[in-house]
Amino acid sequence: MAIAADPVRAETARRRGWYKRNEISLTPWLFLLPGILFFAVYVIIPIFQSVWISFHEWDGLGEKQWVGTDNYERLLGIDGTRWVEGEPVVVGTNPETGAEIVQIPMVLETELNPETGEEEVVIVERNMDRKFEISFWNNVKWLILYLLAMPAGLFIALFLNQTVAGIRLYKSLFFFPFVLSQVVVGLVFSWFYLPREGLLNGLLGVFGLGPLNILGDPTLATYGIIAAGLWPQTAYCMILYLTGLNAVDPEQVEAARLDGAKGWRMLWYVILPQLRPATFIAFVVTIIGALRSFDLISVMTNGGPFGSTRVLSFYMFEESLSEFGFRMGYGAAIAVVLFFIMLGFICYFLYSMWRDEKGAR
Amino acid sequence: MHSILKASAAALALGAIAVPATAEDLSGTLRIISDMSNPAPRAVMEGLAAEFDALHPDLSVELEIVDREAWKTQIRNALSANPPDVVNWYAANRMLPYVNANLFMDVSDLWAEPEFEALASTKGAMTINDAQWGVPYTYYQWGVYYRADIYEELGLEEPATWDEEIANCQAILDSGRKCYTIGSKFLWTAGGWFDYINSRTNGYDFHMALARGEIEWTDERVRQTFANWRQLIDMGAFIDDHQTYSWQEALPFILEGEAAAYLMGNFAVAAMRDGGLTDDQLDFYQFPVINPDVDFAEDAPTDTFHIASGAQNVEAAKEFLRFVTSADVQSRINGGDALGQLPVNANASVSDDKFIQQGFDMLSNNAGGGVMQFFDRDFPAEMASVGMEGLQEFMVFPDNLEDILLRLEDARQRIY
Repeated sequence: MAIAADPVRAETARRRGWYKRNEISLTPWLFLLPGILFFAVYVIIPIFQSVWISFHEWDGLGEKQWVGTDNYERLLGIDGTRWVEGEPVVVGTNPETGAEIVQIPMVLETELNPETGEEEVVIVERNMDRKFEISFWNNVKWLILYLLAMPAGLFIALFLNQTVAGIRLYKSLFFFPFVLSQVVVGLVFSWFYLPREGLLNGLLGVFGLGPLNILGDPTLATYGIIAAGLWPQTAYCMILYLTGLNAVDPEQVEAARLDGAKGWRMLWYVILPQLRPATFIAFVVTIIGALRSFDLISVMTNGGPFGSTRVLSFYMFEESLSEFGFRMGYGAAIAVVLFFIMLGFICYFLYSMWRDEKGAR
Repeated sequence: MHSILKASAAALALGAIAVPATAEDLSGTLRIISDMSNPAPRAVMEGLAAEFDALHPDLSVELEIVDREAWKTQIRNALSANPPDVVNWYAANRMLPYVNANLFMDVSDLWAEPEFEALASTKGAMTINDAQWGVPYTYYQWGVYYRADIYEELGLEEPATWDEEIANCQAILDSGRKCYTIGSKFLWTAGGWFDYINSRTNGYDFHMALARGEIEWTDERVRQTFANWRQLIDMGAFIDDHQTYSWQEALPFILEGEAAAYLMGNFAVAAMRDGGLTDDQLDFYQFPVINPDVDFAEDAPTDTFHIASGAQNVEAAKEFLRFVTSADVQSRINGGDALGQLPVNANASVSDDKFIQQGFDMLSNNAGGGVMQFFDRDFPAEMASVGMEGLQEFMVFPDNLEDILLRLEDARQRIY
């Protein structure tokens, strides 16, 4: 109050300039600015660009051609109109050679209706793109089965949460696969699965089973890759739960013990509720890991055999960016679908975090 | 930054020497991006660049070598932003996207020069829309590489007809071996089998019409091709689990004598020699006749040089193309100690390597039907990728053929 009453100080405060007066509210934004800038340029803007490209037919080299929702209709098998190459249009002349520059625009396919004698837009029947369907269901398999990493990680964490000689070494050994690159994990597992020399078939042979060519069998290959992915993901969940277990209140455990709780009931009613934050983080990273399952597939099967292990991200890459992929628009449409699937999970995560924060207040 | 530095260093050097430049002499910088990244081709390419650089004192040649597999996707960016003058690529339909997007320069004027008549055999593969878009520097034959010692042990001869082929295969199977090794994980190896069986069954013209999308995949003649192929599959001629192996991972089967032959390109010879096979153990035969009414057509993929349409130094680039196609250079770069492949220039001399000689003889005298570039170069990119996936599935589950053909036909109608 004294400051406001002092006219001299009020005057200096006014003279200090606009920035000084707003320092408190501006500084955080200044610190955030580089992050916001990069996030916008590399994440936010490309999302809108992808959506924009998905409404075009484009080989990544020439001109984009507007085809509306055609890519989505093909992907999802919605009956509708079809875009075809129309009459060439002269758009200009080459200043050097004088040759005409011709563009072929995409137009809606029409046909003459014999009854009315008028050109009518053709409606074609479509089935859902089978590769898309396979990729989508593989994504679902990944999402569900990848969650097995959570109980497995919890189990190992409970097992390792004790004090014996050398426990740090055991913990590091269990954590080790997470440190490995996904490419290395993929290679190691593809050798493990090799149909003749592989360790797996050696083991099966001991029990008189097999031989089994997991990565060569379209019905098993996806499960084989998920199993490989679970190895590092389990280690990740284990570390999250181990840190969570450190924070478990020993007094509550003591109290529960006095009340006669032990075993499963102890775990379910006393330990797990205290591990909720760890469970939440493990869930988030596992879901994101499942949706990012690109490198393992690329290394282990390259999407094969006959495309049975593709997921949406791999299919998108194949259609638009790989050796034979020249369909940027179609690839972008797949990416947009994948984006909305992810968005569903992200919204759920944000909502539950917001709810927790509100509850804590 | 690198290129700017190099260019200015070259400019400085030129200023210091101060050689009076004649009107014809090339000057400036020639930028080449090459995909010849394997050890032997890399040495060849570096030698070429150095030699061309030395030939033209005022010209500085900048060479950048990119990994061969990576180049297949990088070429798009390389050609559209700050394009180099000369790039490597492949013949036939593999050029199409870049020709359509005006990223390759029309070099028909080079092909009109009398020296280029010696390259006539590949002119068709370099032609799109009645113009030529690049020049070839090497090609190699495909065919059946087989274990001569196993054939001798079983008393077999190189088969000339399909019946002999089947009989041989039965004898090999009876001896507890497989007839053919193949690794179809990356799909294209199955394309080779389709190329051969289809062109031997229905002829070169039919095969190319199929590649151009003029024939339905559900056509009776295409089915006949698959029926012939199926004879081998049903016999168990191919190794088990080939969908899990790359072509290199399928090599041990022939090296260890578990399979007797490999349908492959000539580049596999080096790998098989490295694997310990001597020239007495390894031999080559042309894929046998299936339908006696059609002439032999052979897979002989051609690797090429192109000028980017955004090239800065077009004169130097064209001179470089003349240089690499000249008989002398073609003889040297394709020699047994260099690429170990076939020169395209008819006046070039062919290495005396046993397999190169056989391949040269086969392609010169016994490929009257025509020369195919290979499945993934003759068919448009999208059709090739859908197609090869179908071929792999057919090799594992031949009963799915009907479904596969319908799928390919569906793709054909959409793509062309």
